[in-house]
Amino acid sequence: MIPAAFEYHRPTDLQAALATLQEFGDEARVIAGGHSLVPMMKLRMATIGHLVDLRAIADLKGIRIDGAAVRIGAMVTQQELIADAALARAAPILRETALQIADPQVRAVGTIGGNVANGDPGNDMPALMQCLDASFSLVGPNGSRAVKAREFYEAAYVTAREDDEILVAIDFAAPGGGYAYEKQKRKIGDYATAAAAVTIRKDGTACSAASVAMTNLSDVPVWSKAAGDALVGSACGPADVGRAVAAALADIAPTADNRGPAEFKRHAAGVVIRRAIERAWSRA
Amino acid sequence: MAKMQLRLTVNGEAAELLVEPRELLVYVLRERLGLTGPHVGCDTSHCGACTVDMDGRSVKSCTVFAAQADGADVTTIEGLGAPGGLSVLQQAFREHHGLQCGFCTPGMITRAHRFLQENPNPSEEEVRFGMAGNLCRCTGYQNIVKAIMAAAAELNAVREAAE
Ligand SMILES: Cc1cc2nc3c(=O)[nH]c(=O)nc-3n(C[C@H](O)[C@H](O)[C@H](O)COP(=O)(O)OP(=O)(O)OC[C@H]3O[C@@H](n4cnc5c(N)ncnc54)[C@H](O)[C@@H]3O)c2cc1C
Ligand code: FES
Ligand code: FES
Repeated sequence: MIPAAFEYHRPTDLQAALATLQEFGDEARVIAGGHSLVPMMKLRMATIGHLVDLRAIADLKGIRIDGAAVRIGAMVTQQELIADAALARAAPILRETALQIADPQVRAVGTIGGNVANGDPGNDMPALMQCLDASFSLVGPNGSRAVKAREFYEAAYVTAREDDEILVAIDFAAPGGGYAYEKQKRKIGDYATAAAAVTIRKDGTACSAASVAMTNLSDVPVWSKAAGDALVGSACGPADVGRAVAAALADIAPTADNRGPAEFKRHAAGVVIRRAIERAWSRA
Repeated sequence: MAKMQLRLTVNGEAAELLVEPRELLVYVLRERLGLTGPHVGCDTSHCGACTVDMDGRSVKSCTVFAAQADGADVTTIEGLGAPGGLSVLQQAFREHHGLQCGFCTPGMITRAHRFLQENPNPSEEEVRFGMAGNLCRCTGYQNIVKAIMAAAAELNAVREAAE
């Protein structure tokens, strides 16, 4: 499959990349690892006149951990996330999630920035970022701004990012406590039929904080405040978990596709949410 | 659209050629440089038959534009061994019947080559996880896993003997 022709740009700093986006407007798009964008261009679902490759911009690389504050550069690959020992200590849910994305070759080049900026409801990182209450740092011609992951996704492939803005980094506070990312997929390497990210903190025998978010169960990732609220103050017994699962299911809107009918996805969602809560609690 | 001068190191040798940025790396390797080891199995980023080593990482060369590879160091199966001088992995695939039709084999071995550098002492389960981006329609994988385990043992023995 041959994509439509394009001009290729490889700026070495952010200002040059922004200038190229400004110059070519609608015609231009950034490319990171290319493992969502290249397949779409090959299928001619995306036609782009000017590709602005971010690979040579050193500022977009690197993982910084300062106490509980974690900052991940947009061009950090899934493989680099998995290999980072300090990140695995500070926020092990990142590694657990990244290991469930695609396959080794895709993880070697696919970036966290591309994963969250893409806007595909099948991407795994957006729900995790909502679970962690992360914020996305965007830089555009008028300066920089931060947008909460919970406010970033508007519809499939539609996000709060303006066309001339570049995502430079992701920030969140390491959640502490227990965590789990549970994903149901048809085969290894596949996108989720249903997936859930859960973090839980425990104070004595009771849950003191909980966050639940879900992947591929609506046209955007879904953070369920009600599901977290159902757990807080409880001992996360079967009835409490049941209430949280019911609350989470009330917040999703799965549709039928080649991964199954909507009712099946609801069923799969119930299973992964329950497992994620139980596992996060057992680790809290 | 403008063509660009693409510079690559392929199997240790410098290559320079005029390409359209949209040409895919697998196409450049196969059609321009005559390296037909990387195969096009699916053309949709799933099967791994097109796997090559690029700057020390396994990549699916059907999903990389030539332009993205500018300046890269690329190794294909042709760079890992040759008839009469098979690599340890190639030899192990032969001995353990790690191939039948052979279509997936260049991608399998190129990925296994990188995997054994990432993890020189893998368990069987780690081999399966590390090779999850490569599909085989013939072998049922069992003998591929066996071949990689055998190659790891042999490479480790050679390494120990050298130390
Ligand atoms: C076989 C296969 C299986 C896969 N399975 C999964 C899976 O299970 N789970 C999953 O989550 N993903 C999966 N993916 C997708 C993969 O993780 C992609 O790599 C990821 O979605 C996009 O990251 P990228 O760096 O490749 O981005 P690209 O493809 O380069 O870009 C994706 C989009 O984001 C935009 N973009 C990228 N970076 C920035 C930035 N810094 N600022 C602004 N915009 C930006 C681009 O313009 C483009 O629109 C799979 C891909 C393949 C090929
Ligand atoms: S041909 Fe590249 S992954 Fe199948
Ligand atoms: S040997 Fe035939 S596809 Fe693997």
